[in-house]
Amino acid sequence: MNRYNRHIILSEIGLEGQHKINMAKVLVVGAGGLGCPVLQYLAAAGIGTLGIIDFDIVSESNLQRQILFGSSSLGINKAIAAKKRLEDLNTSISIHAYPKKLNHKNAISFFKEYDIIVDGTDNFKTRYLVSDACIITKKPLVYAGIYKFEGQVSVFNYNNGPSYRCLFPNSPKQEEIPNCSEIGVLGVLPGIIGSLQANEVIKIILNLGEILSGKVLYYNSLSHLFNLIKVSRSEKEIQKVMDIADIFENLDEGIRCEVKNNNITLKEALTKKNIQWIDVRNNSDQKTNYPEIIQIPFADLEQNLHKIDKNKKQVVFCHAGIMSKKAVSILQKHQIEDSFSLKNGALEVMNHFKKNNYEKP
Amino acid sequence: MMITIKYFGLLAEVTGCSSEKINFSGTTISDLKEILFQKHKVLKSLKFKIAQHNELNTDKTKVTSSEIALLPPFAGG
Repeated sequence: MNRYNRHIILSEIGLEGQHKINMAKVLVVGAGGLGCPVLQYLAAAGIGTLGIIDFDIVSESNLQRQILFGSSSLGINKAIAAKKRLEDLNTSISIHAYPKKLNHKNAISFFKEYDIIVDGTDNFKTRYLVSDACIITKKPLVYAGIYKFEGQVSVFNYNNGPSYRCLFPNSPKQEEIPNCSEIGVLGVLPGIIGSLQANEVIKIILNLGEILSGKVLYYNSLSHLFNLIKVSRSEKEIQKVMDIADIFENLDEGIRCEVKNNNITLKEALTKKNIQWIDVRNNSDQKTNYPEIIQIPFADLEQNLHKIDKNKKQVVFCHAGIMSKKAVSILQKHQIEDSFSLKNGALEVMNHFKKNNYEKP
Repeated sequence: MMITIKYFGLLAEVTGCSSEKINFSGTTISDLKEILFQKHKVLKSLKFKIAQHNELNTDKTKVTSSEIALLPPFAGG
């Protein structure tokens, strides 16, 4: 334990605190400008299990700020190169390198294996994916983003605190805000901001001091100004993500930076004009016999997209509103964007049609 | 009243200044946004939050501070 002596002699950490650090499992998404200093300090601190996800390879222009890499890492996958460096830094921890792209399919199962997730990504698409997967798996997210000489840091989903979507509900378009590789960044900046992230990770593990939850810290390296802005939790934004939880893994990568509320009640559906109702029940033996309703069993949906009138708004229903949600995500994947899933299912629709004497053909 | 608008990140770049003083006679954040959009059309197409007294505001919030911050999200890492 000599390695951790300077931690242990701090009365706020001690042997017990160091043990907590050694037992912790932290996943760092992105081993770039932010990920490198985060990983370096977390490995040195003795985080027992460190996961690193990155699909990218080390290039020469990374070396100005991505401090885990050297000339010998050029051309090597970042997660693997980082693991190699960190294993030399600390032999007593377990490091898992995942040289792959994070997507809707793998995010949930990765995140479930860890206690804390660190966002060191460099684009909005992945940031919203990380944030949503953290909401769904209920994992604290230590977030940071940088722009040229400035950075922002926060801890989300911590003890019922706000999430990234409570601060910025919808993603800017990718082209709206350029990234470091396009506009440049001061090399020291991610070092400062990443170190702040590592600090928050350690504080969460130790339950030490004031966690940066419910506020976002803006830092400007030119004016050396720190601004701390309060952020409140928005149940509505969090619920929107929870509403897509059971179809999350089926969402195609990047098809929606914006979570629309596509889960509606019959009452809400009836306020919409120009509706086509779609019955996706698989074992619907009874014919509905209303011209407004088309029947496409869920299993055959993708083969029958041509039956759907794209000029209309699609309201999809099944027995209980679960399969219809999946159906809506399929429709949206095929650019049928104005589609909604009915919360309460078929019975309610049928009663409505009967009551209002819709014409039978 | 005279208020100072502080632009963060990309917003400083597109407006060409990290802060500027404007004469404001309206009441709400929404009124203020109107003025800023007229002055810097490009802001209209960008996502940002507005804060005063270190708290985030909605369009309906009354402007009570002489210093208002416009905060965009940062993508870089």
